[in-house]
Amino acid sequence: MNRLILTGLAALGLGVMPIAAQAGGEIVITYKDDVSTLDPAIGYDWQNWSMIKSLFDGLMDYKPGTTELVPDLAESYDISPDGKTFTFKIRPGVKFGNGREVTAEDVKYSIERVVNPETQSPGAGFFGSIAGFDEMSAGEADSLSGVTVVDPMTIKFELSRPDATFLHVMALNFAHVVPKEEVEKWGADFGKHPVGSGAYNLTEWTLGQRLVFEKNQDYWKEGIPHLDKITFEVGQEPTVALLRLKNGEVDIPGDGIPPAQFLQVKDDPEYKDRIVEGGQLHTGYVTMNVKTPPFDNVKVRQAVNMAINKDRIVRIINNRAVPANQPLPPSMPGYDKAYKGYAYDPEKAKALLAEAGVGDGFDTELYVMNTDPNPRIAQAIQQDLAAIGIKADIKSLAQANVIEAGGNGTAPMIWSGGMAWIADFPDPSNFYGPILGCAGAVQGGWNWSWYCNEDLDKMAAEADSMTDPDKQADREKLWGEIFVKIMDDAPWVPIFNEQRFTIRSARMGGDDALYVDPVHIPVHYDAVTVSE
Amino acid sequence: MAAYLLRRLIQAALILLGVTFITFVLLYILPADPARQIAGRSATAETVNNIRIQLGLDQPLYVQYGRYLDGLLHLDLGRSYLQKTEVTTLIASRLPATLLLMLGAIVCELAIGLTMGLFAAIRRGGRIDQTLMVISFVAVSAPQFVVGILLLYVFAVYLGWFPIGGYGSFSHLVLPAITLGILGAGWYSRMMRSSMIDVLRQDFIRTARAKGLKPTTVMAVHAMPNAILPIIAMIGIDIGYFMSGIVVVESVFGWPGIGQLAWQAIQRVDIPIIMGVTLVSAFAIVIGNLLADLIAPLIDPRIKLR
Repeated sequence: MNRLILTGLAALGLGVMPIAAQAGGEIVITYKDDVSTLDPAIGYDWQNWSMIKSLFDGLMDYKPGTTELVPDLAESYDISPDGKTFTFKIRPGVKFGNGREVTAEDVKYSIERVVNPETQSPGAGFFGSIAGFDEMSAGEADSLSGVTVVDPMTIKFELSRPDATFLHVMALNFAHVVPKEEVEKWGADFGKHPVGSGAYNLTEWTLGQRLVFEKNQDYWKEGIPHLDKITFEVGQEPTVALLRLKNGEVDIPGDGIPPAQFLQVKDDPEYKDRIVEGGQLHTGYVTMNVKTPPFDNVKVRQAVNMAINKDRIVRIINNRAVPANQPLPPSMPGYDKAYKGYAYDPEKAKALLAEAGVGDGFDTELYVMNTDPNPRIAQAIQQDLAAIGIKADIKSLAQANVIEAGGNGTAPMIWSGGMAWIADFPDPSNFYGPILGCAGAVQGGWNWSWYCNEDLDKMAAEADSMTDPDKQADREKLWGEIFVKIMDDAPWVPIFNEQRFTIRSARMGGDDALYVDPVHIPVHYDAVTVSE
Repeated sequence: MAAYLLRRLIQAALILLGVTFITFVLLYILPADPARQIAGRSATAETVNNIRIQLGLDQPLYVQYGRYLDGLLHLDLGRSYLQKTEVTTLIASRLPATLLLMLGAIVCELAIGLTMGLFAAIRRGGRIDQTLMVISFVAVSAPQFVVGILLLYVFAVYLGWFPIGGYGSFSHLVLPAITLGILGAGWYSRMMRSSMIDVLRQDFIRTARAKGLKPTTVMAVHAMPNAILPIIAMIGIDIGYFMSGIVVVESVFGWPGIGQLAWQAIQRVDIPIIMGVTLVSAFAIVIGNLLADLIAPLIDPRIKLR
């Protein structure tokens, strides 16, 4: 009887297994730019982010297609009640591409390597809560005092403050584990000769032409990856990549659908079913420098919030976004669904300007990155502002120059398009500190409205100290309140949240969510499948 | 001759030095901080400062420039800020593709340009002449981006004769070479036409005709070689035009040359790569011009090098 039930369950299990998830196959993905580096300590752009995730592993990861944290190289973890000590048990038997087993020493080495100023890692700041971070980043210490190798398979992190985002930080590429001997062997060229413990191994890299990832036969996750081989062809314009997709030569154009062809492709009966749409952890916004008159007056900032017609801007970009009313994007935990924001109302905006004493309007400057569609969006904003008497001069500049003008405080207004915040990890705190908190309102910072509210900084610190997983809902609620309070002060005009559109060849399989994965951008290379 | 060559080489070195100086100053006054680009969004001010010191960006201009020149003497162009790879490696891995593309473009522009010019000259003033000169006018003025996309669409996507971009075989080379060469073809057709008309007026052509040679022999043996030679000397100068064209053409066709490398580096303020590619391009242009000047007297003994 028992045996019968077991057999039945097994059969059921087999039946549930998706038929599409067959192993094997090769796919071609294109990108416009050559990959800069595959060193997890250095790589920090759109295209190498997901590649690095497939070559290396970290202690934590996310369930494919979701923002749900799961242990990865860690077999299990333990958080102390005060939220300041995190202990991870490392999964035994996981091997690097060179055959050596991953140990706690490697984890310690990898994270200290990122914090070490010599590495020049753009991700060093994420580890700021680990005890000893300040000493090491100042070059006064060779190691992090807060990181201890308890035994070869156990590592302990002691934090200088409770940090509810620490598990997310351990899932970042910057916390991915590298073998010391390979890093030392290649030196600065490790980024071109990466060796990790991930689902794929890099087997070929012809500069400017192609990279080939082949399945790691020893990968510890059963049946992962599904594909045998991925060829990344670089140097391909998105327009050309789309033509090649139609010709059956390409499976995924990595840079997406070029804006000019978007409507045409979307309305094409042959392709419309192959486009996957999803949210992304992105908000496009206009900053107003609260230190520059008249934007130091909250009524002026609120007036601007009411003056801009967001629906029209969304139409300008062919509905590739949804209008926003708060800094957090809808798919981010903590997003306040009930909050309505400032409705479009030019009359009320004019009245507010009059109350603020600038009823006759004023002259200002709107900085914008000079690539399409950003100047067009800036023009729409310019027209909306003109309707309430604000004359905004558009300063259309290269990305680096706009970032500079925001960071040194010379720009009164900036449209964030092309440089907008995309979260590093799916947690609301990542949308506060650098771009709306006091910490970012410094020379060279990313808080371009120079908004600094110490009460909110305190609330943020309180929210981030709620490390108890059971209190997660309370924590998200607190974060939601923080962002609504920010909107009362209106340092930003949230304009829209960009949607992501991935187009794929007919032979690509797997859940749609894998093609708009919130973490693996553009697609989850380990989890997608292909039929021949 | 030797003295002339020596003088020209010294001039070339000075020009290159000038190029390094101007590029360096321009990039130095650029209102964008490479250290911030490297440090990324999550970096603190200290991290950015640290990187600036490590890269020597905190030093005054003349110290940075001096260091760069010192590196150049050892053929060291530095390491890319963002890729961390040596610039010489990056350029060396992409230079063959660019040279191949240029060679293809030279063949195209000569083949198309000279043929067009020849027929226009023979039928001077006629309908063929006028049509060809309109075509050459279009070829000279058409933006390469448009020509490239058009050729790609018609011959690769619609007709399927060539691959849609990429690199590796002869068929990959055809469309980008035509796109890059078409501008030169326009110029050459005009030069060939006037050069040919010039030659046809000369006494030796009349003599050749008078002694009863067939018109085709007169053209092929006596007129054409004399008309083409002065044009060949211009190829060296073309390298300058190509250098500006490769950025566009390589992007459109996914051709892995130094134009693509430069374009990506410019977008990311990766100064060592921008410097390196500029220098290599300037070097190619200087050498090209020098060769053009050296070849000219070999072709036409009336030209004297002084």
